[in-house]
Amino acid sequence: MISLDINRKKYSVDVEPDVPLLWIIREYLRLTGTKFGCGIGLCGSCTVQVDGKARRSCQIPVGDAQGKKITTIEGLREDHPVKVAWIKEQVPQCGYCQSGQMMQAAALLEEEKDPSDEKIVEAMNGNLCRCGTYLFIKRAIKSAAKEGKGS
Amino acid sequence: MKTSLTRREFLQKSLAGTGLVLAAVATPFGDRLLSAAEMKKEEVTFSPNVWLRVAPDDVVTVIVNKSEMGQGVDTSLPMIVADELDADWRQVKFRVAPSEARYIDPVWGKQSTGGSTSIRHMYMTLRKAGAAGREMLLKAAAQTWRVPLGECESSKGTIKHKPTGRTLTYGKLTVKAASLPVPKSPALKKESQFTIMEKPLDRLDIPDKVHARARFGIDTFVDGMLYASIERPPVFGAKAVSYDAAAALKVKGVRHVVPIKTGIAVCAEKPDEAWRGRTALKTNWGKGADPSLDNKTLDEQFVKAMNTRGVVAKRRGNTDAALAKAAKKLEATFMLPYLSHATMETMDCTAHVRKDGCEIWVPTQNQTGVVEVTEKETGLKPEKIMVHTTYLGGGFGRRFETQVVKEAVAISKITGKPIKLLWTREEDMKNDYYRPGNYSKIIGGLDEKGSLIAWSHKIVCPSVFEHAMPQMVKHGIDTEAVANLDDMKYGVPNLYVEYVKFDAPVPVGFWRSVGSSHNGFTVESFMDEMAHAAGKDPLEFRLNLLKEQPRVSRVLKTVADKAGWGKPIPEGDGRGIAYDFSFGSYVAQVAEVSVNKKDGTIKVHRVVAAIDCGPIVNPAIIEAQLTGAIIMGLSAALGERIDFADGGVETSNFDTYKLLRMSQIPEKIEVHIIKSGDSQGGVGEPGLPPLAPAVANAVFNAAGIRLRNLPMTPDVVLKALKEA
Repeated sequence: MISLDINRKKYSVDVEPDVPLLWIIREYLRLTGTKFGCGIGLCGSCTVQVDGKARRSCQIPVGDAQGKKITTIEGLREDHPVKVAWIKEQVPQCGYCQSGQMMQAAALLEEEKDPSDEKIVEAMNGNLCRCGTYLFIKRAIKSAAKEGKGS
Repeated sequence: MKTSLTRREFLQKSLAGTGLVLAAVATPFGDRLLSAAEMKKEEVTFSPNVWLRVAPDDVVTVIVNKSEMGQGVDTSLPMIVADELDADWRQVKFRVAPSEARYIDPVWGKQSTGGSTSIRHMYMTLRKAGAAGREMLLKAAAQTWRVPLGECESSKGTIKHKPTGRTLTYGKLTVKAASLPVPKSPALKKESQFTIMEKPLDRLDIPDKVHARARFGIDTFVDGMLYASIERPPVFGAKAVSYDAAAALKVKGVRHVVPIKTGIAVCAEKPDEAWRGRTALKTNWGKGADPSLDNKTLDEQFVKAMNTRGVVAKRRGNTDAALAKAAKKLEATFMLPYLSHATMETMDCTAHVRKDGCEIWVPTQNQTGVVEVTEKETGLKPEKIMVHTTYLGGGFGRRFETQVVKEAVAISKITGKPIKLLWTREEDMKNDYYRPGNYSKIIGGLDEKGSLIAWSHKIVCPSVFEHAMPQMVKHGIDTEAVANLDDMKYGVPNLYVEYVKFDAPVPVGFWRSVGSSHNGFTVESFMDEMAHAAGKDPLEFRLNLLKEQPRVSRVLKTVADKAGWGKPIPEGDGRGIAYDFSFGSYVAQVAEVSVNKKDGTIKVHRVVAAIDCGPIVNPAIIEAQLTGAIIMGLSAALGERIDFADGGVETSNFDTYKLLRMSQIPEKIEVHIIKSGDSQGGVGEPGLPPLAPAVANAVFNAAGIRLRNLPMTPDVVLKALKEA
């Protein structure tokens, strides 16, 4: 049995410890906001936060996630500045990669309240978007940073 | 997810209770509008394809018969209805249509989404449905108040009696309105009366996408389902020689091993168990169709095919004679690679085949195709096949194909279980229906004044239509393979276009902007070369050939003006211009670039775009689509190519298929929408073709190198710089 702490809820799953955390979150626990994109950590669709840091859940064996605090897009509150900004700036097109983008952006803003363009690119460069919403994502991160500062 | 509505239930629910329900039947003689009562009566004869419902609680529901893959149909189609209805936009909701004859595209006679046609094909039908609803609500109000119709006016979901100021919301009028006859030809608004269209309204699907409530294909769960994963041949055409089914069945959770046409499917309780099962199969694969197939042999075959005779796709004037007497002649060849769609959601499908019917959940652009393949696979009648279209995690033409459906249905039929079939990224990359690779040779001639007098264009290209829509191949010509060539807008007096169909074991399919994705590049690159050979400004050179093409001239002049064409730019930077006409729309772009001569990277600083798509529905969506198409075009121009080795696809994932990342995007993309009032064009695709030639032309302007092959990777740039 593997115990997990996801979005401040306890889960236990009977599974081999080497199964990637992504599949446990999505298919076993049905928190489907976290998406599969590549399985090799190169697209960022599966990004979650582990102890507050953005991580690729397809690269974490579920056994290693025990004892850590995992946050998925479902755990990011609806009035979180990132979610508010994503709607305000009308970021998503197909929307598939956006959970990962938002989790990455939220982690960035935890570290850096008002990130520079360079910081944004550095943090977001591992997250692919085939619809090409990158400029909108940049705009939304700046908008969220502004919102965060004001509150 | 619960097993959901049957088609009859969907219909009954849509018609149920009070409320005004309107359907539109698209017939060859024009649209015909029907009420719910008429629908029930005439259901057998007619297949109405659009639903509009005004409920007693004032909520307006528009049923969307097009697949939402990011292009915004869940918002733009309801906007069209809501505007004519004079609805309160805050009360408008959308619902995704199931697969059913009544929701077919009125132009195609099929339910599918592609070719940048959603708005073009649905525009008038949806406007009429909305206008009829408004007219019925107005009449219902006039009758309720016993006042002349002319004293009533509609606005934002409410009817007002002007002399007395009394008001009734639409919801309160639905019962009466539903009993009225449906006007046969309701009066449509003038453009100046639009209150919802032409506004940059927020998309209706975005809150669900941000809050992770949107359901994509991969998010489907059906009670009792098994996961399936397919072990596939590593090269084209290989068959399994042996595999160990018993070993796979010993893996925990594995329930079935099912050989199907495309490979060996392993079904298990959980996805990871299915993958372990695949490994345990230890499949031995035989030889492929052509073990020698690799990048080099493919290129050689393209070059060889150039020397064979093709089919003449266009002949205007006498190109040979004009070239013979030309004062200056230029010849160039262009080689473009096969490309993958690389949708972020890989292929997936959930299917449940029962004896009495089949239910399918799939992110598809082609509901009619899904029904057809399921019918073939199961022998079930179409009315027994229910397709639920989920959100699509990217489409770009990839989800017009139905192979994943065929597979899921076949496995479900054999096992008797609901099957959730997931493709890995590697399967997706190696088993795509690729944008065809292609090879072009162009010869151009100038007279002594530097005017373009002849253009001879021969293209070697696989046929997408031959595979996807064979009826579209006329006299051996694939019209997409020669897009932008046979219908070239430039007034070249002598034009010759020849098409050589290229056959290779590599499957090809529709990829965003299809033939224009390659011919837009070759034509606009070579036009630039001709301009320089003539010693003329590339914009002026083009405009001189476009005197009878006001819409092309206008988009070109607009981008030139907005980008400051002809004005100085920083030392070392370059500007390039290009245009394309595709899917009914005109798009021009100017790119500003710099070339790093040390590492060979191309940096695009700014792209200015202008589009003339005729009537505008939602300018914010147009801007988003153009921006996205520019990014996708740049991704293809700078980094994307499918590599082949040993008879199959070598590229397997994002480590080798280089999609554009945030660090590579232009600092600025500006989109200018020209309101022309001219014929309507599409928006999803036309923004892509001009990007690559605008960038290549800018690279020539910046560094003096002419890059005729894509992608323009650093090694290619460095080689060209060395040779220059």
